[in-house]
Amino acid sequence: MADPRDQDPNATPTPREEQVARNVGADPTDPHESPANPDNRISVSRRAADAENAQQIIENAPETLTGVKPGARPTSRMSQRRRVGKNVVEVQSTGHSWDGIEEYDNPLPRWWLWTFYATIVWSVGYVLAYPAIPLIHGSTQGFIGTTPRDEVAVDIKRFADANAPIQQKLASVELGTIKDDPELVNYTANAGRAVFNTWCVQCHQAGGAGASGYPALVDDDWLWGGTIDDIHTTILHGIRSPDDPDSRYSEMPRFGADGILDAAQIDQVTNYVLALAKLPHDTAKAEAGATVYADNCVACHMEDGTGDRAQGAPNLTDAVWLYSEQGRPTEARIRQIIHDGPFGVMPAWSQRLSEADIRAVASYVHSLGGGE
Amino acid sequence: MAILDHHKILEKNATLLLVFSFLVVTIGGIVEIAPLFYLENTIEKVEGVRPYTPLELTGRDIYVREGCYVCHSQMIRPMRDEVERYGHYSLAAESMYDHPFQWGSKRTGPDLARVGGRYSDEWHIDHLINPQSVVPESIMPGYGFLRDRMIEPTHIDARITADRRVGVPYSDEMLAEARADWLAQANPDADAAGLQERYPGAQQRNFDRQAGVSEMDALIAYLQVLGTMVDFSTFQPDQHR
Repeated sequence: MADPRDQDPNATPTPREEQVARNVGADPTDPHESPANPDNRISVSRRAADAENAQQIIENAPETLTGVKPGARPTSRMSQRRRVGKNVVEVQSTGHSWDGIEEYDNPLPRWWLWTFYATIVWSVGYVLAYPAIPLIHGSTQGFIGTTPRDEVAVDIKRFADANAPIQQKLASVELGTIKDDPELVNYTANAGRAVFNTWCVQCHQAGGAGASGYPALVDDDWLWGGTIDDIHTTILHGIRSPDDPDSRYSEMPRFGADGILDAAQIDQVTNYVLALAKLPHDTAKAEAGATVYADNCVACHMEDGTGDRAQGAPNLTDAVWLYSEQGRPTEARIRQIIHDGPFGVMPAWSQRLSEADIRAVASYVHSLGGGE
Repeated sequence: MAILDHHKILEKNATLLLVFSFLVVTIGGIVEIAPLFYLENTIEKVEGVRPYTPLELTGRDIYVREGCYVCHSQMIRPMRDEVERYGHYSLAAESMYDHPFQWGSKRTGPDLARVGGRYSDEWHIDHLINPQSVVPESIMPGYGFLRDRMIEPTHIDARITADRRVGVPYSDEMLAEARADWLAQANPDADAAGLQERYPGAQQRNFDRQAGVSEMDALIAYLQVLGTMVDFSTFQPDQHR
């Protein structure tokens, strides 16, 4: 239904509208304030409701607001002081009021306020004590004369000094005698495990269990030798490491990828390798593969397939396989290795770890079960 | 108090409040940031830090594109536990050619500031294809598709020009040879004398162990150079930085 006032914002206000306008302090004749102007109707009705609400609150205010509960017995001074005895004390208003909701000027919690002041005082001392304020040529250095770099250097030195006697001893003894000294055995078991778990475990897996392509260190099958001297050299210089000229190095040819053998020959020699390891194979192909093996493989893997540690050539006759699938050798994997040529790389650690750390981890690996 | 009365004017005027808030933030910014541009000790001079090779730069772009920085920081802080785990704390100079930098304070994965040379290329291939195959407890997703995406140095000139504009000292020669260097670094049979001369210590090999240049080649080339440019056996950092 159309309201006549919608059509004419300047229509004369009714007596009731004039009354409302006076109650909320508006000038009924001003078109911007006039309750007759439809643009003002929401605002005017809200202000009227606010005024009515404020009046109600004043009329119905419970006595508790002013500190006395209706019918309360007078309480002693002691019980008034206790927390439960405290009455609500009205605090001053800030004078901000929205829709009848008043903003009180409550004090900040005292613990908070004092913590805040304490941080301000602390910051002054902190700025003076440490490098802080940038100037023209540099920043202030702080009166205690320390920097984060100093602090970490001191921290590292503290631990290095504590370990120095045992580490010096470890770095100076013959590698072979570490296992005879209970003190060194104890130290290398712990320090070596810590080094292993930081730097080695990502490839050799927890406890040296190994994974396909990453040799297991718990068995007695070693690619480059399992004496503590061999292990020490391997860790120091790595294997096929591009960063160390003294790294252990050998390279199995890429028989398929470089066209040295054709697919049939690779098939035959794959079966011969399976036969060497006493795994299921095609006998006819394996016999043909013997010739291929003799022509191409014996130089490193030896006639009987037992490998050559001087060249890191694995023993093909045992049940330990460097490249496998879920821990089992498969014909497809062997064929792929012969085709593509493996090229396992181990980083050289001489730049990252100290001699004592390298000896500790070498001794730890040696003690895992397969050390010779 | 008079000053609080004046402050009320700001509190009651949204535009004024905005203008003055901006003014305060600007002063704070000038005091904290501007000195870094003129103080000589902001970036100490360190031998060995060079701009990334074109292939490393491509790998870096892939690193940023895949959001690796969301989980991996490249900033070893000067604290004993970090230095023991990751290596020497990072120097400002080591990221002076990074645009944008890859620092961070959130590590879901480990810090990568010194990951270069720590693992073999094979490990990176295995790990990118299926992280759990080498780190069983890892929650990193696989990135095996990088190995299937073959790339060409189509935009490498423009990329290097962009870095030159923001101050990375690529020479005219580096720019001219960018494509050749990009291809040479991923090809172990290519002549790399020029590459070595322009980018000392650049590693040249077939990073992803397959024919052609894939995104994985570029990414591994980048990962393998991280943190390796400074020789800490000869470098003594200034303790008062």
